Amino acid sequence: MKSEQPPVTETEDSNNIKLTDPVYLKELRVLMLKFATLQLSDEALAEDAVQEALIGALKNAGSFNRRSAMKTWVFAILKNKIADVLRKRQRTVEASRLLRDNEDGENLDELFNSKGFWQVDERPAAWSQPMESVKSEHFWRVFETCLSGLPENQSRLFMMREFIELDSTEICENLSITTSNLHVMLYRARLRLRECLENHWFSEGERS
Amino acid sequence: MNCQQVTRLLSDAQERQLSLKERAALKVHTMMCYGCRNFGQQMGSLRELTREYVKGAQGTSSNEDVADTDKDGENN
Repeated sequence: MKSEQPPVTETEDSNNIKLTDPVYLKELRVLMLKFATLQLSDEALAEDAVQEALIGALKNAGSFNRRSAMKTWVFAILKNKIADVLRKRQRTVEASRLLRDNEDGENLDELFNSKGFWQVDERPAAWSQPMESVKSEHFWRVFETCLSGLPENQSRLFMMREFIELDSTEICENLSITTSNLHVMLYRARLRLRECLENHWFSEGERS
Repeated sequence: MNCQQVTRLLSDAQERQLSLKERAALKVHTMMCYGCRNFGQQMGSLRELTREYVKGAQGTSSNEDVADTDKDGENN
């Protein structure tokens, strides 16, 4: 009966973390809800998607012993749920709302001079070994912060495209926006996101 | 083309096949402009990084999990 108890350490990598850990579950749920709400812009739908994803994950909870694997798994299920909802839903987000971003005169002047060339201190630097970053928890916190710092509509479109991996045609049909609108929004999202990552990670990250 | 137009094209290149003319103009510009050259590389990194985000930052043991998940969600 007296099996050897491993010392209980609450590090990120501690083994045997399950969805039964209420603190962890709560944190995870908050993250998921934030993500789903951003994607669906509907709290009730987001709640449902998160609920379903968690139930799906609980069925397999036993097979995970690392937080990162668990988080991956739950988010992958959530991603699929969200993709389903997005596919089923037609035009729930009106184009006018999405396009407001185009009009709010977002200032590209900070990045480019009047002739459209890079401002000297905004010119993109070379990122050395960007994919090495995926190993760093800190990088992902920076990434999430940068993403949530984008205008809401931009980050939603960016995530639909790059995270949920819907293709352009599907997104345009769903949201009734034109391809060129979508491309402008994605362009702006990418401009901002790369700038943020460079400022907060890649230029500093070189040191560590 | 200026950097603003070039970066727009570099973003669009993630979405569609650029025309021959567009590609030629890009090439000429990025040969001279390291800022835009870096930007172009970062477009690829950004996509890869975002896809890693869902796979999990330390996805050493998670390959199987992700495969299972694809089945679960029927991601047609």
